[in-house]
Amino acid sequence: MMLTSILESIATFVPETVLVATFCVTLVSGLIARRKPAVPAALAFVGMLVTLWAVLQQAGTDRTIFSGLLAVDPFAVFFKGIVTVTTLFILLFSYFSTEVQTSVRRLAEYYALITAMALGMFLMAGANNMLMMVLGMELTSLSSYILAGFTKEASDSSEASLKYIIYGALSSGLMLYGISILFGLTGTLGFADLNHAIANAVPNYFALLVATILIIAGFGYKISAVPFHFWTPDVYEGAPVTITAFLSVASKAAGFAMLMRFFKVVFIDTSVLALPAGMWASLYGFEWNKLLAVLSVLTMTLGNLVAVWQNNLKRLLAYSSIAHAGYMLMGIVVLSDKGLAAVLLYFIVYLFMNLGAFYVVMLVADRTGSEDIDSYKGLGYRAPLLGVAMAIFLVSLTGLPPTAGFIGKLYLFAALLDARWIWLAIVGAINSVISLYYYARVFRNMFLRDPEGQATPVSIGRAQTVLLLVLLVPTLLFGLYFSPLVDLANASLVMVGVR
Amino acid sequence: MQLQFLGIGVLSWITFLPVLGMIAVLIIPKENRTAMKWTAVAATFLQLVLAVLIYMNFNYSATGINSPEGMQFVEKARWIDVQSVAWFGHVRIEYFLGVDGISVPMVILTALISFIAVFASWNIEKALKGYMAMLLLLDTGMMGVFVALDFFLFYVFWELMLLPMYFLIGIWGGPRREYAAIKFFLYTLLGSVLMLLAILALYFSVTMVDPATGEKLHTFNMLAMMNPANFEPGSLLAGVGTGMRTLAYLALFIGFAIKVPIFPFHTWLPDAHVEAPTAISVILAGVLLKMGTYGLIRISYPIFPELAQKYAFALAILALINIVYGALCAMAQKDFKKLIAYSSVSHMGIVLLGMAALNTQGLMGAVFQMFNHGTITAMLFLIVGVIYDRAHTRDLDAFGGLALTMPKYAGIMTVAFFAALGLPGLSGFVSEAFSFLGAFQVDRLRVVTMVSTLGIILTAAYMLWTLQRVFLGKANEKWASMPDVNGRELFTLVPLAIVVLVLGIYPSFMLNLMTTSVNHLVDVLARGGAAVAMVP
Repeated sequence: MMLTSILESIATFVPETVLVATFCVTLVSGLIARRKPAVPAALAFVGMLVTLWAVLQQAGTDRTIFSGLLAVDPFAVFFKGIVTVTTLFILLFSYFSTEVQTSVRRLAEYYALITAMALGMFLMAGANNMLMMVLGMELTSLSSYILAGFTKEASDSSEASLKYIIYGALSSGLMLYGISILFGLTGTLGFADLNHAIANAVPNYFALLVATILIIAGFGYKISAVPFHFWTPDVYEGAPVTITAFLSVASKAAGFAMLMRFFKVVFIDTSVLALPAGMWASLYGFEWNKLLAVLSVLTMTLGNLVAVWQNNLKRLLAYSSIAHAGYMLMGIVVLSDKGLAAVLLYFIVYLFMNLGAFYVVMLVADRTGSEDIDSYKGLGYRAPLLGVAMAIFLVSLTGLPPTAGFIGKLYLFAALLDARWIWLAIVGAINSVISLYYYARVFRNMFLRDPEGQATPVSIGRAQTVLLLVLLVPTLLFGLYFSPLVDLANASLVMVGVR
Repeated sequence: MQLQFLGIGVLSWITFLPVLGMIAVLIIPKENRTAMKWTAVAATFLQLVLAVLIYMNFNYSATGINSPEGMQFVEKARWIDVQSVAWFGHVRIEYFLGVDGISVPMVILTALISFIAVFASWNIEKALKGYMAMLLLLDTGMMGVFVALDFFLFYVFWELMLLPMYFLIGIWGGPRREYAAIKFFLYTLLGSVLMLLAILALYFSVTMVDPATGEKLHTFNMLAMMNPANFEPGSLLAGVGTGMRTLAYLALFIGFAIKVPIFPFHTWLPDAHVEAPTAISVILAGVLLKMGTYGLIRISYPIFPELAQKYAFALAILALINIVYGALCAMAQKDFKKLIAYSSVSHMGIVLLGMAALNTQGLMGAVFQMFNHGTITAMLFLIVGVIYDRAHTRDLDAFGGLALTMPKYAGIMTVAFFAALGLPGLSGFVSEAFSFLGAFQVDRLRVVTMVSTLGIILTAAYMLWTLQRVFLGKANEKWASMPDVNGRELFTLVPLAIVVLVLGIYPSFMLNLMTTSVNHLVDVLARGGAAVAMVP
């Protein structure tokens, strides 16, 4: 009985299995083909492509595996897709990155750890049990600690890694404590069982609140929400650009996936049926969403205000990504499917625009040796394509039409107004005005200032150009035609255990 | 009456011709500067031709405003259609263009000013390709705002203008261009995000039955938003004069007020004007400012008629501040361009005063004044550009006695200045008179109007004083050899002067266009006001 259930589960565990295999093969290939760093890169890339195929095969599945530990539902598949696509981009970035190619000694391990991190995020996306949550998070975190400090020669990289570990350890400790309290209250770990247990026996309110706050600390760390964000700027600045980009998109997506599933499945009140379609109520009116609303306001406001003062572009983008986490939290606060769909939609858009911005930073840093905003002076004339592309990514991050970023913001604000969270919508809107100020500093330097010193043209190869366009075209196209994105986001909201 | 070319409606052509021109400019090799300029000329000239065609084929009896049948040259197509799941609802965004008597003057103005702006940009040296491309993109954004009838589409066009304008000021502007550009950008964005929230609130409150399927849909259709019956009971903005409606009205108002600009949101304007290159100042004053007042008339008024009534007096007060404060500021300026910039603030105040009247004369005057201010200020900025090109200074005290050295220039400048101060026989007089008359008729606005007329005296004072400082008095030896206006400059100024003169003598060319629509709008507003009176 047990065995058949496990065997059956393994049949729907293909993407993860492929990732494990890719991890092993990539690692071993580094030992065999010592002098050919392209071999592990190619293996990892092919492995990720197969994973993508396997993930796509799972479309439409809606079940749990391994006795309810993991969910394989459209929601998980969506986030696995986001993670996989991001990983594919990161592998390509790494292949083109001078920084990674020259300063990293053990490239095979680097690629292998990226796949290991992807595996951790897969588990986070599907986690349907608090233990699985912790496992997925730890796997992701441990891999990212090493990757953040991978350029051993750079001291800021090691510093970043150390800070990351300390903050990570603290917040997973807090989260585990919260989980143990919740376990003590209910005697169960699975999300669906938790929901039943809380619904059937009125819990100790105070204990529930404390447990929730502690668990939010864990999520907050992963999605870098204020006040759990302190590691983010240092790690983003110190880590190689490729890893920074990876953390800012994939890791955040996985964190959000876990957060959304946890709160929706555990605290939904299935007995309330009177609400309009697409809205749901929280058990006993337990207003965890108000906690998230406060977190959201703090996160976007602090992220945007601090970003204004940054001179290092990587650090600036770090704060900007904190602000974006704040925007996305707004979508969860409203307790409606529209809000969650808006978050999903935002992630698709965010993937392209944020990876695009980091890619330009990487290309420029490789050629000019600087990530400082001042080194972008006159870039628009030294490298027109890079300049224009960067400007478009930044405009999209600001959320102006006709770019994809606008659509992301539009759906978030729409969800807020629909649920009548008007004050939060106004805060969000004013925040996007603040964000324009620092994004505009970058394109001011690129186009309004003349280059300092020798104005050598910055040129990029053909392959790099193609990759840039692959990121740029969707950023523009989705701004003008976005129905497929909305359809995808809507279809991906189905979670196991919730109607 | 439907005008089509190659199966595409005239409004799509007039909106997207500049984009075609932009693509062509981008393809032309960098060295071929002449070809780039003439491509831009061709695109804007064709646009002007289309505007004239629209004028000639205009149906004077169609109402417009809130009636879909009264709109002309309508184009409607599905743009975004998200069927999806039940709880999400069916999202449909339409590509919906059309014009009525209020938008046609603006369409003509935009086409005319854009055409002239290209000639005013003839001497741009730096990165001509980028300049022309941005200018043409800006043109599309402006035209789109005036023809869009779907609020979502309107918003996209509205925002589309921001980036080109930022770069046009920021790259080709004067010494403090960076500051001016980002200030413009931030102010406008603040306004437009608030507008976006109001748009979404409207979207969720309004439903419309799709005639084809009988399905009830939320809609961004502006005309549907103007019908109180379309507001879902219990929705965010349902009802009359509720707190939520006031909030939405204020959000829209701030969005538009920043563009006009209405005091206290006007501080970006002098900076942007002074730093922008001549052609961009011309566009900024000639067209961009009109978007604010156009938005109020086209959108805020018919959607929130009861609030338009309720806050008419407040608007009149703001108008008064704009008129008098703008004129006083203008009087204090030594910088020629800054003076013109503040005169814009003052003149836009007259538009607002006409709007606050809410009657036919007032609104007629407002729309007509929008057009006239567009042509007159464009002339004024071109005039500043002419002298700045030669003297490289805009300090009014540095000139004097120029009438001797530049007689033609003195002649054309006098026409523009007299038009700006409202001399009878020139177009500015007619529209100002209408606006003041309209406002004077309303009892509670009478005092405000009387005080506002002070602005006319102040305007006359600073305009004449400026003329005196530039042309009369002791000739400054330094400028003795200054050449008079050349052919290209005359080519930009004379057509505008002709328009100003013709409309001054026979304003019906323009007034007849808007009579039906304005009357209809007054009707809509009056009914909205009646609805307020019924609410206890």
